[in-house]
Amino acid sequence: MIPAGLSFEQAPPISVPFRFFLTAPWFLLAAGLLLVFSGPEMMLSRHMPATLAATHLLTLGFTSMVMCGALMQMLPVVAGSPVPFPRAVAWGVHVPLTLGAAGVAAAFLADSGPLMHGAAGLAGAAFAVFIAAAAWGLARVTSHSPSAPAMGLATAALLATAALGLALGIARYGGFALPYGQLASLHPLWGLYGWTTLLVIGVAYQVVPMFQLTPNYPPLLTRWLAGTLFLLLVLRTAAEFLPLPDWLPGLGLAAGAAVFAVTTLKLQARRKRKIGDTTLLFWRIGMGLLLAACALWPAILLLPEEAGEKARLLLGVIALPGFILAVINGMLYKIVPFLAWFHLQSRYAGQVTIPNMKQFQPDKPARFQLGLYLAALALLAIAVFHPPLARAAGLLWAANALALGWNLVRAAHLYRRTAHVALEKKSD
Amino acid sequence: MSRISQYLTDEHHHCDDLFAQTEEAASRGGWAEAKDGFGRFRRSTEAHFEMEEKVLFPAFENATGISLGPTQVMRMEHRQMREVFSQMAAAAQRQDADEYLGLSETLLMLMQQHNLKEEQILYPMADQALAGQRETLIGSMQALASGA
Repeated sequence: MIPAGLSFEQAPPISVPFRFFLTAPWFLLAAGLLLVFSGPEMMLSRHMPATLAATHLLTLGFTSMVMCGALMQMLPVVAGSPVPFPRAVAWGVHVPLTLGAAGVAAAFLADSGPLMHGAAGLAGAAFAVFIAAAAWGLARVTSHSPSAPAMGLATAALLATAALGLALGIARYGGFALPYGQLASLHPLWGLYGWTTLLVIGVAYQVVPMFQLTPNYPPLLTRWLAGTLFLLLVLRTAAEFLPLPDWLPGLGLAAGAAVFAVTTLKLQARRKRKIGDTTLLFWRIGMGLLLAACALWPAILLLPEEAGEKARLLLGVIALPGFILAVINGMLYKIVPFLAWFHLQSRYAGQVTIPNMKQFQPDKPARFQLGLYLAALALLAIAVFHPPLARAAGLLWAANALALGWNLVRAAHLYRRTAHVALEKKSD
Repeated sequence: MSRISQYLTDEHHHCDDLFAQTEEAASRGGWAEAKDGFGRFRRSTEAHFEMEEKVLFPAFENATGISLGPTQVMRMEHRQMREVFSQMAAAAQRQDADEYLGLSETLLMLMQQHNLKEEQILYPMADQALAGQRETLIGSMQALASGA
């Protein structure tokens, strides 16, 4: 049967994804500056208010911001089914997510219950709009893409993460007798592993072969991995409340992510496109960091309590500013220049010279930013064990955010200028 | 076995091979090889476009009655790729490595997202809608290829 509604509708207007991509770097900058101002105390534990604030600047303000924008862009291509009312949905996600991300961070710093409730409510509203729109699109999948099921599971995990986050926001300041400790261990698990890593896996199935002309991921992997990992997340969650061993699903989750990382690295080694680029470097670094996280995670269980907290903080650094940021940063350097080119080409071909992708994002400044990123990440990892270095690490993160923001703004500016020239020619 | 999709997907991979060899030659300044490789890549891709535009798309439109849908978008993207081909040929003629590699990066993205939509949506739909005529269609496409 042919789905009658299938129109291969093209990408949403460029303003839809770009508003997310151009907002994200400034949250990364805010996280860097917070590290500069708060300094060594942030390295004491994952639960320091400033550390929680910085973490949420990254997860809500940077990673979720980019991922929501990218998914709205990718759904029509990989699922054959566009997000409905893209402009309205973009407004309904972007504005409350921006306010919510800033508000949650401020609430941690000010230790304010009302602020936390309001900000968590805003972030929750943003995700509710996003989940509803993504679910609408995913329910109408007409494609045989291996990505679509993983994207669906990632979206379900976002729902769990947001619900846990809201519950935590209430439990932290409300009088409700919620199991704070258990929720606090499950919320980051669903956020970093469920929502983020499952989405990275789903996106990788499509973009790794696409960007570098590698062979496809093995069908056995694309068919089973995301679902198995989701099931393990559910088991790990149940283990918080039932007499089940929590290390067993934990070990499975680490092993599953490691299989994904090794497979990706192997595919990239067999790529047809031999010339390398910044995106490939970012992805290889990201996969290396994911492997490191997979090795460290089970090892933590064997450590004594005090050493364990440092190791957990290091695990957080390797997972979030490491693996996740590297992969997203690499993706931005493909998506942003391609969208700029594609939209100009579709609208103004023949009327004006359209810059190619490398003119929107030249190699040199991208590589420079990659260098800053690596330096910032290395110094942050060292600062976990030698906290006086925290402020210096914060400075490097701020510089890295500025370099990334500059690269993206520069591409957006060239887009605008070219469109402007085309429109002026038209009116002449 | 879904042969229309298999046949056309194999063609995509063949074009990918030629694309990657050509880009690599251009990146190390081997312009004689790059120009030759680009010519072969362009001819193979054009031949593939023609099979789709002259054989597959009309058959698909006839069988399904959908003429303003996927095939329309695929034709538009073929036009976009043809424009990039012309620019790449000019850049290769001038031996302008920056321009050539920038265009080739652009073409890769355009081509790959196009192939993905064909392989994961359009070809499977064609396999279903045109199940009765696959032998004839593949025959016509092969004839077109050997005639070209």
